[in-house]
Amino acid sequence: MLRYLGKRVLSSMATVVGIVIIVFFIVRVLPGDAAIVRAGPYATQEKIDEIRAQYGFSDPLPVQFKDYMSSVFTGDLGTSIRTGGNVTTELVDRLPASLELAFYAVILAALIGIPIGILAAARKGTWIDGASRVFAVLGSSMALFWLGLLLIYFLFFRLRWFPGPIDRLAIGTKPPGTITGFYTIDAALHGDFGLMWEAFRYLALPVLTLGLVLAAPILKMVRASMIDALESEHVRTARALGVPYLQVLFRDGFRNALLPVTTAIGIVFGYMLGGNIIVEFLFAWPGVGRYAYSAIQVNDLEALQGFVIVVGVLYVALNVVIDLVYAWIDPRIRLGHKVDA
Amino acid sequence: MSPDYSFPLAPASTESGGAGGGFVAPEWSSETVQLSLWRRKPLLIVGLVIMSLFVLVAVIGPFLVSDPRVTNPTNFYKSPSGSLLFGTDKFGRDVFARAVHAARLDISIGIIIAVLSMVIGSTIGVISGYFGGLVDEIMMRLTDMVLAFPGFVLALVLVASVGNSVPNVVLAVTVAYIPYFIRLTRAQVLAERELEYVDGARLAGNSPWRIAFRHVMPNSLGPSFVQAALVAGWAILTVAGLAFLGVGIRPPTSEWGVMVAEGAPDIITGKWWTALFPGGMIVLAAMAFQFIGDELRGEELM
Repeated sequence: MLRYLGKRVLSSMATVVGIVIIVFFIVRVLPGDAAIVRAGPYATQEKIDEIRAQYGFSDPLPVQFKDYMSSVFTGDLGTSIRTGGNVTTELVDRLPASLELAFYAVILAALIGIPIGILAAARKGTWIDGASRVFAVLGSSMALFWLGLLLIYFLFFRLRWFPGPIDRLAIGTKPPGTITGFYTIDAALHGDFGLMWEAFRYLALPVLTLGLVLAAPILKMVRASMIDALESEHVRTARALGVPYLQVLFRDGFRNALLPVTTAIGIVFGYMLGGNIIVEFLFAWPGVGRYAYSAIQVNDLEALQGFVIVVGVLYVALNVVIDLVYAWIDPRIRLGHKVDA
Repeated sequence: MSPDYSFPLAPASTESGGAGGGFVAPEWSSETVQLSLWRRKPLLIVGLVIMSLFVLVAVIGPFLVSDPRVTNPTNFYKSPSGSLLFGTDKFGRDVFARAVHAARLDISIGIIIAVLSMVIGSTIGVISGYFGGLVDEIMMRLTDMVLAFPGFVLALVLVASVGNSVPNVVLAVTVAYIPYFIRLTRAQVLAERELEYVDGARLAGNSPWRIAFRHVMPNSLGPSFVQAALVAGWAILTVAGLAFLGVGIRPPTSEWGVMVAEGAPDIITGKWWTALFPGGMIVLAAMAFQFIGDELRGEELM
């Protein structure tokens, strides 16, 4: 297990280095001069030259590369031209808002996707299965921004069930003291349940938007792996021995379907790291995605580059966690056997 | 758990009627074939019908509607009605006319991205899978790294740094999807190159390149075609998502994502039609491709 862990961490560090190199390549090496993009469409040549010198773009590429690598790996993602602040601290400040949104969205997606997936597999070929399939396909072809607008229109503008897309809390409400950075949890820890309720109400629409879309891949994966498990020989044997159906479904079926489900949840988390730009922009959610959106609007490439590196690193870290969960669930991996599944 | 590519016509093969076979092919009248395709793959038919309509609109629609760029300051925010199907926006532009013009751009962008990424990806996949060695090793590490990004973020940062233009958007999104085709084709080729006909082709004196591209590649592309249908749908979503964020295609171009971005602020004041109609088009087009790809992929993999 320890050896497995070590190998996994080493290979993911290589991937992180790769991501950092790719980002450098995209931002600095590709045609489309970063200084010109950054200077904006009406900049004079002097302005462009000034920016070039300021960011070291006029240095030879190997020198730029060395500077870039050494600053990134000491945790310095540069200075934002939009805010003038340090990109690393600005991203770290905004991360909890994004993670809170992601956390609840994945929970909602799993709560929708897993039961429907199990039901569809258990009733394979019936109208339930058909309906769940249509839901899954709709989810895979849904545009996050469209669903978000639809929900805002009906649940906020028409019905007033939830607050409008403003922020994490109503304007003027003081956020809870930071413990975890999750407003809902912090408010509860401070014993302020009114505030917790408010935080949940502001979370509702963005979480619903992401959760409904993300439920689709989870549903598909649960259904497919449940069908595999239910058609396996040990399930057939269990049924022939007269084990109660529900017990077969959950003990023999679902436990064996857990592995692919873990993968699906990991993929979903990764997808969200990209999709949250759209949702955070739409709901004015002050997370890293919204930060990236603001950076794009003014060609703040330094900030955008920082966002991409953070997302890439989170994504890789997530995959390591998923693999560890995998190993924990599946004794074949934990004990170092070869897995052919 | 191999993908189910069976088609209702398949069992009616003529060879099985022979003496040694013992298997008599069922008779398929044309009526049962049609009925069973509709019954077995209803979503495929739905997807194809929607997509045909979109293609039709994309080809002839722009000639039938008014100029989408015409503004009319006295006629802004008209709600949908018989003459203005999708209403008008804050500049008095006809939302329906804009959506029709956008169909041409969006549908063709989706298809171009799918075709480009499939052609490039499967070519690399064949080379990588058939010849193996160092090239394969490098390609696999490269795809690993590209896949380490969420595709949307990769496309986003690519467009943001090379600059906004339609060709740049197409290229950026294509780059994000190429690795999927490399992986898919490579896996097929690895299985395919062990088969006996490959040995046969080699013994017949064909060059490795000829075997790779004339014999192995055509047999390895099945899953890639299915993937291409799915990618076309995702590409439309990705391009529209980028435009929605102000990356890539910019106003006043008539593009669905741009239109949603322009109309989004109106939602809060109850003028739903400026954003929800073009957004609905995006979802409908993506859904049609998804239906087609999904049904072709077979039910087991869903």
